[in-house]
Amino acid sequence: MTEHSTDYELVIRPKYGLLDLNWQELKEYRELLFFLALREIKIRYKQTIMGASWALLQPFFTMIIFTLIFGRLAKMPSDGVPYPIFSYSGLLLWTYFSNALTQSSNSLVDNAPLLSKVYMPRIFIPTAPCISGLLDYGIAMSILAIMMVYYRFTPGISILLLPLIILQTFMLVSGVGYWLSSICVKYRDVKFIVPFFVQLLMFISPVIYPTNIVGENLKWLLYLNPLTGLISAHRACLLGHTSVDFFSLGISAVLTIVIFLSGILYQKRTEKYFADLI
Amino acid sequence: MAASKKKEPIIEVKHLSKQYSIGVDTTYKTLSESVTSAVRHPIKALKDCRRSNNTFWSLKDVNFEVEEGQVVGIIGRNGAGKSTLLKILSRITYPTEGEVRMRGRVGSLLEVGTGFHPELSGRENIYFNGAILGMKKKEIDEKFDEIVKFSGVEKFLDTPVKRYSSGMQVRLAFSVAAHLEPEILIVDEVLAVGDAAFQKKCLGKMKDISEGGRTVLFVSHNMGAVNNLCDFAFLLNKGELQYRGPVEQVTSYYLNEEISDKKAFSSNSVLKWAQVQQSGTNIELIVEYDFKIKPCTPHLGFVINDSFGNHICGLNPSNDRVKHDIDPQKSGRIKVVLKYPKLLNGTYSVSLWFGDGLTDYFCELECLTFEVIDMVKPLKEPQSSSVGSAFPECEWVYE
Repeated sequence: MTEHSTDYELVIRPKYGLLDLNWQELKEYRELLFFLALREIKIRYKQTIMGASWALLQPFFTMIIFTLIFGRLAKMPSDGVPYPIFSYSGLLLWTYFSNALTQSSNSLVDNAPLLSKVYMPRIFIPTAPCISGLLDYGIAMSILAIMMVYYRFTPGISILLLPLIILQTFMLVSGVGYWLSSICVKYRDVKFIVPFFVQLLMFISPVIYPTNIVGENLKWLLYLNPLTGLISAHRACLLGHTSVDFFSLGISAVLTIVIFLSGILYQKRTEKYFADLI
Repeated sequence: MAASKKKEPIIEVKHLSKQYSIGVDTTYKTLSESVTSAVRHPIKALKDCRRSNNTFWSLKDVNFEVEEGQVVGIIGRNGAGKSTLLKILSRITYPTEGEVRMRGRVGSLLEVGTGFHPELSGRENIYFNGAILGMKKKEIDEKFDEIVKFSGVEKFLDTPVKRYSSGMQVRLAFSVAAHLEPEILIVDEVLAVGDAAFQKKCLGKMKDISEGGRTVLFVSHNMGAVNNLCDFAFLLNKGELQYRGPVEQVTSYYLNEEISDKKAFSSNSVLKWAQVQQSGTNIELIVEYDFKIKPCTPHLGFVINDSFGNHICGLNPSNDRVKHDIDPQKSGRIKVVLKYPKLLNGTYSVSLWFGDGLTDYFCELECLTFEVIDMVKPLKEPQSSSVGSAFPECEWVYE
């Protein structure tokens, strides 16, 4: 039995405060975040024949189709890199981002019973799919490794940036997830907007084309998309075919931090009525 | 310092109120709806944001304290605010006004099997459900065998829960929950699950928990269970704390309190109003009539149905062979007392017929409802597991 800690006191009041993030509590519940992510992973490929290889097949077949259409037919430039590996290195991060975003933005509504029947840091629910998606990313990475051997690419020293890029992508997708999942509790329109938004977003991110095909006068527009810096840097640090563009990565980092922090604030502000609205 | 802290109650609730918005508009809108309404009626939209006029207070100015180690039952009719109170104490929803102080770790159990995933195995669900209820992995590891043993699903531990029978699912879920060991345990009516034998086991487990010196708040409609488990009770009525005290006092107050359903009928009807309630071990039905035009012989008939719509009984003066050669009346009251019908706990409805013995001027099906609470007392098993609606007294003769 747990001992009664006299200094422990929990006060429940109407919520008004702007910032009300309880780090102590997040730390205490951290195992739950792990369990939530683990559950996502375990149930994702239940009752499928292909199992976790779906994590490979999705980006792999997309890469083949993109290579046929954009590489062969449209003759899309690819920074002098063979188009398959060019598009796959972009798709790898893109697939993580788009899958995690879709799941994260629906997560609060999908887990309505959890919201209305138990207490836990609500912020974990949209975070969990962003963590579990990293496993798929890791699995899909194996194809890139094979392609790199095949096309004889050796990553340079900039590969050390990869963990940072992944962390930043994680923060970006969680941040957007906090916003969208919280809005979705009140306005289910988000469910319809997200797939559409994700589809459009791919075309304004350098997944299928390099950033340098966009004219200088329009480049700023591309840079406003935080994924631009991330996908370019992700590709550059893996393939080592060009140096990492720290300017666009820096812009992306600033945007990511803004989105991430504001997302936490927004969710914290709105979570008081989640159980009443859902 | 430490000494003065020890005297402080473990739960302190001050001026707690919770307002809910009701009505279709406010529960949830689509984005376009709120945008269009904001564009069309900008001022009204702003006002709506502030305070919707379709509101009601689910809890109003509730104050109480609970000392460490007390086991408190929370009782009241449906809609009295019991669930809202538990939801606020478990931090699922926030109060509109007031505050709560809790000096201990809180574990709440508002539903069994929250977060159970049908695709996951029993073993996986135990860990996941445990984590959701606030247990650490180490804690679950330690109690794993105990949990499995209590649930009795050892053989199916690695089978997906969707292949379980519903009873097995409930048993597994309750077993996880029953091994939660916080300082303050908040339990909603979760005992009304499973078969009779398992319910008994659950009540036993609850008893162990409550005797283990833990502070427990327990919501139930089962007065027997409340009396059995709790030391104190709070009676909530329409969001207010109506009565508090030692458990027997509160439950008997609740049972004796006129829990009635009174209904007024339209002005051109011969029946003005009707009322039905449990009064001790009896059921009382009262109607007031007015024939309006000329005096007639009042003739009232009624049928009682259970909550599934099955007829329990139907009575009127002629089949009851009572003398009702009373003089024609223009208006008056009739009171019918059903003497100890031995109904089991549940909600029952009443259909009414009224006329002059030849013609029925009034007929309304299932127009009144009443709740029976512990009319039949000395039952060994929880009443909900008994078969049917009545529990007649039996004499067992072996020859």
